[in-house]
Amino acid sequence: MSSGPDVQDTSEVFRGTATGRTSLRDQRSTDGSDQQRAIPAFVLGEELADLADHDDRIAVLTADLAKANRTNDFAARHTNRFFNLGIAEKNMITVAAGMAASGFVTYAATFASFSALLGCEQIRTDCAYPRLPVRVIGHHAGMSMGFYGTSHHALEDLGIMRTIAELTVVCAADANHLRGILRASVDHPGAMYIRLGRGRDPEVYADVPDVQFGKAVRLRDGGDAAIITTGSEVYPSLQAANRLAGEGVEVAVYDMHTVKPLDVDSVAAAAATGRVLTVEEHNRTNGLGTATAEALLEGGFAGVRLRRLDVPDEYVPIGPPAALYAHYHLDADGITAELRSLINDA
Amino acid sequence: MTAATDRTALVERLRDRARFVRTETVRLSRIAGAGHYASSFSAAELFAALYYAELRIRPDEPDWPDRDRFVLSKGHAAIGLYPVLADLGYFDPADLDDYTRLGSRFGDHPDMRKIAGVDFSSGSLGHGLSIAVGIALAGRVRGSDHRTWCMLGDGELAEGQIWEAAMAAGHYHLGNLVVIVDRNQMCIDGFTDDVMAVEPLDARFADFGWRAQRIDGHDLDTILNTFSDLPRAETGQPQVIIADTIKGRGVARMELSLDWHVGNLVGDDYDDVMSELESGLGREVVR
Repeated sequence: MSSGPDVQDTSEVFRGTATGRTSLRDQRSTDGSDQQRAIPAFVLGEELADLADHDDRIAVLTADLAKANRTNDFAARHTNRFFNLGIAEKNMITVAAGMAASGFVTYAATFASFSALLGCEQIRTDCAYPRLPVRVIGHHAGMSMGFYGTSHHALEDLGIMRTIAELTVVCAADANHLRGILRASVDHPGAMYIRLGRGRDPEVYADVPDVQFGKAVRLRDGGDAAIITTGSEVYPSLQAANRLAGEGVEVAVYDMHTVKPLDVDSVAAAAATGRVLTVEEHNRTNGLGTATAEALLEGGFAGVRLRRLDVPDEYVPIGPPAALYAHYHLDADGITAELRSLINDA
Repeated sequence: MTAATDRTALVERLRDRARFVRTETVRLSRIAGAGHYASSFSAAELFAALYYAELRIRPDEPDWPDRDRFVLSKGHAAIGLYPVLADLGYFDPADLDDYTRLGSRFGDHPDMRKIAGVDFSSGSLGHGLSIAVGIALAGRVRGSDHRTWCMLGDGELAEGQIWEAAMAAGHYHLGNLVVIVDRNQMCIDGFTDDVMAVEPLDARFADFGWRAQRIDGHDLDTILNTFSDLPRAETGQPQVIIADTIKGRGVARMELSLDWHVGNLVGDDYDDVMSELESGLGREVVR
């Protein structure tokens, strides 16, 4: 464990300020990249507070990151149902389970590196096994913490969470998506792991979608290839597909927001193109690419050409997030190049 | 009857129920072929006093929202708790006859989704106090006056999460939380003093904002008095009762022995131990 980044680092990671509130609708300009249209701020606390206005079962916990994950927006409106457990993530998750056993639907949020990795056994034993409505939020997942380094990265969380029985594993692609996921989560049976980026995700969903867990969203149709992606990689995947469309190549894009249970029907639909590319901000082992490969083989689609874009089995170098995405071809340029290679590979 | 004779009768009844905890632990262990004898025996008087005299529960309404909760953090002592729950009517005692067999609801560690009366699944040591903190917080938010009880083993106090939760209980002034430490002196590999020293427990909890007291965890009179003297939740101070006990208490060969954390009594040994329990438990065991 170590302390999180300080609040002055607004440029790379945080939207929060030392005093707390920022305008959630503030559309901040980006670092000059051509693709990003907008950067919705972290809506986690605001959306949960909206839900809690009408549902007295909802409680929120964090571990000394109320500013970073904006659960302070919840705390400001529902003080008696907000609990900051300090830098004690295991305790936070198990306390959330205890509250859930007493009728609450609890949202326990901290960096994914600490919720999913440090709290793994608590999620398994105290949340998933007793089938309690605990929603563990892993924010700043993947390598979105950039130069804060491996201690603050979570490139293993999907793989770990995916092996926990009866745990629903979901990734949010942007702020509207997160709102939709949270709304759908309230009455979802059992425990959930919800993976978020760093709250600067460009907009994928223009409106709050009606999220159905276990049912992927085909954001784009196309017959030449299909991308199956999730979370932070949905947006650049769409960018790549749109670029190729200008060249007369049509690529379908599936937002496989629910990594578990996997929507095997959508995998089958993607397989119909004959070429599938998975894209994820995750270690190569046991993430969405692995799950897709399993579904392809078990579905009888062994003849499909499969490529996987992800982070290889290594610790990533120091660098800002955008540079790291480029380094691993997880940006629009890299995905476009991989698609071309896949499609041209006879 | 006078109050004094009522009390004598109650203590006698609890002594009998503590003996029942022990004999059932021995019986169930034989069904399974292995059992956590010694950790159940050390808690037998505490189980009896809690369930037959103290806890505000309704066995015919296991999910009653205002019931007292009991989190058995040392889940491996569930073998001593199951017979109590059955005896109180949470389920048919005959259900225990297939204890640990394929498809049974009853394993070595308790499952809240399978067993009425179990307030939380346990088994992974170090978690129970965090669970209890969550339940106590929930009770407070809901405005319920129920208490949350949690029994910790002394060995699991080496787990860091216990102290995360202890800190949180002090921070949130959880006066509705009562912890009993079954201070039976031993973990698997030996005495806690040798494996990982946990004392001074009263000072350690007190430093986290708790009110701590030490009692003889086998003396039913003392246990009952301690429970009845606990302050109400409004004091805002979590309570810890450090119950000095003897691991394996009640069976001479098991007391403070390294060999009976998990064991299996067979043949004449089984009969000898049952006889010892049935005839001798009323006596004070020499420490």
